Amino acid sequence: MTTKDVVITGMGATTPLGGDVASTWDGLLNGASGGRTITEDWVDTYELPAKIAAPLAVEPSEVLPRVRLRRMDRCEQVALIAARQAWSDAGFELPDEENQPVDPDRLGVSIGTGVGGPSTLLDQHEVLKSQGLRKVSPLTVPMLMPNGPAAHVSLELKARAGVHTPASACASGAEGLANALDMIRAGRADVVVAGGAEACIRPITVAGFSQSRTLSTRNDDPQGASRPFDADRDGFVMGEGSGVLVLESAEHAAARGARVYARLAGAGITADAYHITGAHPEGLGQINAINTAVGTAGLSTTDIEHVNAHATATVVGDVGEATAIRKALGDHVLLTAPKGALGHIVGGAGAVESIATVLSLYNGVIPATRNLDNPDPKVELEVVSGEPRKKTLNAAVNDSFGFGGHNVALAFTRA
Amino acid sequence: MANEEITQGLATIVEEVAGVDAEEVSVDKSFVDDLDIDSLSMVEIAVQAEDKFGVKIPDDELANLKTVGDAVDYIVKNA
Repeated sequence: MTTKDVVITGMGATTPLGGDVASTWDGLLNGASGGRTITEDWVDTYELPAKIAAPLAVEPSEVLPRVRLRRMDRCEQVALIAARQAWSDAGFELPDEENQPVDPDRLGVSIGTGVGGPSTLLDQHEVLKSQGLRKVSPLTVPMLMPNGPAAHVSLELKARAGVHTPASACASGAEGLANALDMIRAGRADVVVAGGAEACIRPITVAGFSQSRTLSTRNDDPQGASRPFDADRDGFVMGEGSGVLVLESAEHAAARGARVYARLAGAGITADAYHITGAHPEGLGQINAINTAVGTAGLSTTDIEHVNAHATATVVGDVGEATAIRKALGDHVLLTAPKGALGHIVGGAGAVESIATVLSLYNGVIPATRNLDNPDPKVELEVVSGEPRKKTLNAAVNDSFGFGGHNVALAFTRA
Repeated sequence: MANEEITQGLATIVEEVAGVDAEEVSVDKSFVDDLDIDSLSMVEIAVQAEDKFGVKIPDDELANLKTVGDAVDYIVKNA
């Protein structure tokens, strides 16, 4: 049986570096940072140790009309914004009664999220307590449900081939893409709009991550706080945003003469079954995910020249990942860690960073890792830092890992 | 309160909740068929109308308010 070729024909994003893919990519190449001081009162009210985050560069209210905003959680808003961009980038018009650019029964959606809409849950609980039942929004449930982002994209694009919401914490966006690849290869869809979204920088999420001791407290230097692979790293900076890609069978893309950015050639999804937040000490799950991605892509480990790493800038995680990558692929791979610039977009991270991986293949350049001033000697691989590295790449891997022991690796190849 | 004043008040609520231009909201318009308002937005519109006009609109009454005119008549009778 031949494996179906799956290509990427459109990409959209809204991130801490910019309101679209072009500005986000420029930010990555130019060493920008999305890190900001959190200005809301609650940081001091609750004496939160982390007073920094990486919020969206462009507020959804600048993009979506008022009534759409009030009917959607922020997480749904960012997913819809990214999906619209990806759809248009792929050369499609928005569907209407007469014109459906893709057969709805052959069009799927797979958009993961870590937590979805707890912002709505928190807000509406306040409304219930202070104003009573009558004032609770009838849209509370559709706004808080984690499948809301994918569902809104399905409504907008008239996608009926199946709408999915993988939830694997910080690997959700990557799992969204892996699931889309499966849908196309299994023949369930010709086109899948896929990725991840997260937008929940709230007192309780900052407090929760603080209590698990995973956030950077480099509060006096918000832009220098996210330091993947640096010896002085002290945790991640919580971000928000969404990345969405249009995945398409190569056949379908060729038939309509679509521009192709790259192929999603393989994916590996594994679990550690070791600890609820900590990775397996030998990186078994991570290694298996990478090997599976490379294997299903029909590649060998020596073909992979670049890894866009998950590297959140936690003390333990980054070294474990670098070790796993080296064991899985060898010493030759060049790493970069976009979270130095983006912060950690949680359920959106794997998708936004896959866009960066695809653009590295498409443009032949790897962005430098921001804030990597003093490389950790325990990271025994070369990590691009200082200036972007120009290099023609044929194959690259994007890694994502999540609380719960989830590991997702995606293998992309040049078109 | 004059009927016209109630229609205008409803139009303001409909614009706020559903984003329909207030000028489009007239007594002959159906909430669902003409103004494209869904059942979720109707619940919000009813709650805001109750507060604005000092009426109670139980769910079984709300189901009968098909047009803006139906709502105006109901408010006039029950306020």
